Amino acid sequence: MDFRGYEPVIGLEIHAQLKTQSKMFCSDSTKFDALDNENTSPVSVGMPGALPVINKKAVEMSIQAGLALGCQIRHKSVFARKNYFYPDLPKGYQISQYDQPLCEHGKIQFVLDNEVKTISITRAHMEEDAGQSQHIGEYTLINYNRSGVPLLEIVSGPDLRTAKEAAEYARTVRQILRYLDVCDGNLEEGSLRCDCNVSVRKIGAPEFGTKVEIKNINSFRFIEKAIEFEIDRQIDMVEQGQKISQETRLFDPDKNQTISMRSKENAQEYRYFPDPDLLPVIVTDEEIQRLKSLLPELPVQRAQRFIKEFQLPEYDALILTAEKELADYFEKTALQSKNAKAASNWIMTELLRELKQTEKHISQSPVSEATLSELIGMIDQNIISGKMAKSVFSECWKTGKSPAQIVKEHNWVQITDTNAIEKVIEDILAQNPSQVADFRGGRTKVFGFFVGLAMKATKGQASPDLVNQILTIKLSGQ
Amino acid sequence: MITEDEIKKIAKLAKLSMPENESKEFAEQLSGALKHFEQMTKINTDGIEPLVTPTQIEHFLRPDQAVQEISADKMVENAPEKIGNLFKVPPVV
Repeated sequence: MDFRGYEPVIGLEIHAQLKTQSKMFCSDSTKFDALDNENTSPVSVGMPGALPVINKKAVEMSIQAGLALGCQIRHKSVFARKNYFYPDLPKGYQISQYDQPLCEHGKIQFVLDNEVKTISITRAHMEEDAGQSQHIGEYTLINYNRSGVPLLEIVSGPDLRTAKEAAEYARTVRQILRYLDVCDGNLEEGSLRCDCNVSVRKIGAPEFGTKVEIKNINSFRFIEKAIEFEIDRQIDMVEQGQKISQETRLFDPDKNQTISMRSKENAQEYRYFPDPDLLPVIVTDEEIQRLKSLLPELPVQRAQRFIKEFQLPEYDALILTAEKELADYFEKTALQSKNAKAASNWIMTELLRELKQTEKHISQSPVSEATLSELIGMIDQNIISGKMAKSVFSECWKTGKSPAQIVKEHNWVQITDTNAIEKVIEDILAQNPSQVADFRGGRTKVFGFFVGLAMKATKGQASPDLVNQILTIKLSGQ
Repeated sequence: MITEDEIKKIAKLAKLSMPENESKEFAEQLSGALKHFEQMTKINTDGIEPLVTPTQIEHFLRPDQAVQEISADKMVENAPEKIGNLFKVPPVV
């Protein structure tokens, strides 16, 4: 990547909504599609005298996420008040964590362009979400259903250097959270939100440049685009001798640019202090060990296992483990078909292509693991050729029928009768003497021409292996 | 010491309106309070952990169960202004 002699410095703050039934500090439901203010109570709308009580599950999920992000878990962490005024924050402060967050000093790894990247996680702390404002112009309407929903804010170190790297980091964090089943990772519904801090400096400069925060980006593609735009904008400004102002910007996907939202020159003073309504959260070693033992196998570990157990190339292993459901699908197919390489190939090519074209998730695939295993088995037993199998797969996808049924209906059974194929090939050679002469004269390229004719004559049903074998023998004149 | 300008800034951050003549009065009062805390900072606290809460009782965690105790109608009942079951507030953007 060339940035005109500059080095971008990028850090991400990811807000992940924890998949609890109830809110962080009260029992309101966290259901997404509730009616206006249906999920509220005195605590979540900030009534005087209402007291917060911590959700056990939210703490456990945060610890598990922290462990999976390679963090150390604090035995004693403290909730603090972050004070600011906005109508969606009815108490006048957000309960968050400040100098004693639950998780810190972590790191995650991912592969980008065949290179392993290690990105540090500065901290991951628990906090509550704010309500939702709807600006009508003359007035603003507030829905507090989201107020108090538990969030884990995951803060990366300023380690990212390109927009692509930042997007891949965010994807990796999402993947880990989804594997743990602590966050559904839905960017459109806002259950995963990403703020990007971007600055640029001359290569080799000891100090960071002034950083700009880009807020509310709701897709990984836009993270990449927003950061790309922002890097360019900042380099242009520095090159023109202008000063970059510390501010918050928004990304406009239609115009593909970032626009200024508010200046941070008059920096907000959040007046953090420990929340006197809440006691410090004490987590024992035993509790951390217990939660650790419940962690599922993580994507990176699973990819490593696939490489070892199924002899997959690293690239295939990383793609197949990108999503838990896809990895499950592969593993089941590999075990059932007893042919991991074929399972991987079919999933990586046919299945993923069909899923992409029809915009389906793996969980909606009309071709089940059992169906794909059966298909692979039929190829391995020479019942059908690899080429026929593609047609069978396509029929399976369309009709949901079993491969055996489709093969029967279309009479697609492979011809493995050597005598029958020999007869076909002898006829072809007799009808094309000049090409036979060419071949024998050294133009071996015409071999493919004969294969084509043989397949055509058998309506594609001849075993390609046998056709090749017999052709080789016959053409060599034996 | 706290200046009148700082008082004005604090009032702005806290969204409090303050008559011009009161900034001097508050500057003096808050300076007095700060002076009191300054005295406390002189106490030697080497080796003492910061105290977040004066009690040593264990924190309490509640089970993750969703319960609706009060209906949305009831929750917005006392709102000075509302539309449907949404709170209505002055424009903020």
